[in-house]
Amino acid sequence: MSGRVLVGVKRVIDYAVKIRVKPDNSGVVTDGVKHSMNPFCEIAVEEAVKLKEKKFIKEVVAVSCGPQQAQETIRTALAMGADRGIHVEVTGKDYDTLGPLQVSKIFAALAKKEDAQLVILGKQAIDDDCNQTGQMTAALLDWPQGTFASEVSLEGDKVKVVREIDGGLETIKIDTPAVLTADLRLNTPRYATLPNIMKAKKKKIAQVKPADLGVDITSRLEVLRVDEPPQRLAGVKVETVDDLVSRLKESGTI
Amino acid sequence: MCPRANTGVLQRFQSTLVVAEHNNEKLTPITLNAITAASKLGGDVSCLVAGTNCAQVVEQIKKVQGVNKVLVAQHDSYKGSLPEELTPLILETQKQFKFTHICAGASAFGKNLLPRVAAKLDVSPVSDIIEIKSPDTFVRTIYAGNALSTVKCNESVKIFTVRGTSFEAAPTEGGSAASEDVATTSPAGVSEWLEQSLTKSDRPDLTSAKVVVSGGRGLKSGENFQLLYDLADKMNAAVGASRAAVDAGYVPNDMQVGQTGKIVAPELYIAVGISGAIQHLAGMKDSKVIVAINKDPEAPIFQVADYGLVADLFKAVPEMTKALGK
Repeated sequence: MSGRVLVGVKRVIDYAVKIRVKPDNSGVVTDGVKHSMNPFCEIAVEEAVKLKEKKFIKEVVAVSCGPQQAQETIRTALAMGADRGIHVEVTGKDYDTLGPLQVSKIFAALAKKEDAQLVILGKQAIDDDCNQTGQMTAALLDWPQGTFASEVSLEGDKVKVVREIDGGLETIKIDTPAVLTADLRLNTPRYATLPNIMKAKKKKIAQVKPADLGVDITSRLEVLRVDEPPQRLAGVKVETVDDLVSRLKESGTI
Repeated sequence: MCPRANTGVLQRFQSTLVVAEHNNEKLTPITLNAITAASKLGGDVSCLVAGTNCAQVVEQIKKVQGVNKVLVAQHDSYKGSLPEELTPLILETQKQFKFTHICAGASAFGKNLLPRVAAKLDVSPVSDIIEIKSPDTFVRTIYAGNALSTVKCNESVKIFTVRGTSFEAAPTEGGSAASEDVATTSPAGVSEWLEQSLTKSDRPDLTSAKVVVSGGRGLKSGENFQLLYDLADKMNAAVGASRAAVDAGYVPNDMQVGQTGKIVAPELYIAVGISGAIQHLAGMKDSKVIVAINKDPEAPIFQVADYGLVADLFKAVPEMTKALGK
């Protein structure tokens, strides 16, 4: 294959941050909170760069939808080895309601425009935990999908994908062009080295708006409120295994 | 029953399609939880069984309480439940019956399939719901279970996946649904199912087990997981793992409990040698009773544990196995 891969990258609150719900229950606090690239997107970028290194594909294009800061996430992808970036600018209220349906419409439009052979995304974003965008992008393009991939190999104009399913693994073979979504075990993403970070600054990031792609981003999902989950009551420390077992028996748990 | 009726607007009759998950022999248990969720919407519940060999599964679903109709689509192209083949079928079924809701369990099967269906219908799906407030308002978790989001879905068709542990399983006896064949669709032929390698185990299924014993990095090796298997066997428990244990290669990844693995909510969850990272807690903190065995008294797992034992697991676990054998 000598084509192009589109990789979606999302800027999210860093996975190690303990999030806080806003007092007015309108969402979670994002101002002044550390953000980074969604971990599953890092894996997607790594896989795309690997495919390029193996000379299966020619070009890796990193795409992110969001406000100005999304460009930092694209820069990270460029430092990992992506060739160029596309920033789809979505700000303000539009960004608040931007969901997988809207993003998948953007990716589908870009995949066609850029004549991509593969779209690689993470299996889910760790903020909305939706696990939808890849599947929806595939649907809109009428391409096959290889979701929750833990192994990807290109075989001519087909892709063999080992998928993580509930009871173990399954292997499918799908036609290209195709959409893949990365599971945790697909690879270990590389760290961007300082020279590569410097080089990434010279790479180009094109800016487009959803309207330029003919995508309407109105949403018919409304978040009514966001709450803290119920807190568990503090438990007790026990001294011995016997004490533990007898307490479990007393409470009828075992 | 239906909140919008109060506004004087004539409420469209609710009708829900549950896409059944099965392996051509047995219905996957999460479908029963999805049927309960569907029943809460207060309308007719239909179940779609698509596969290469549906007869046995159809017989099972007909008896499930709460199911009004079973739709059957049997064709060789449904082998491996590929979403490229099932999506056109669901779209055809939707055209014919005009459901107000389409749902499935939030398993690997449901997560793979339903967003594809939703995009084809140009609607936003709602993932992994934990509560139904009304026919258009759902609660789901975000940020690894650290926040609850209540969403109102203004789409013409509501498409959602159901967190199995948040809804009771529908009784598998007492129902008497009729079954009806639906027209199968012509093969899309863009994807092919090759093989499956399932982890074999005599223990109960992780997501539906009453007791789960999980191990983390503290187990130090795959061989040491034997300690947990021995304990689990005494309690008829399933064995789970943290991401650290999976990444280290101690156990296969379908045993992972957490934000990106399986969500479990057993009666008793015993976390052994697991520190309790946010991502792990996301998968087990709705367990009824949590026990933590860890030698680090500062481990975050103790903040959610009902009973915490600060001890060396290599001593404590065999002791516990012995104590339970008495």
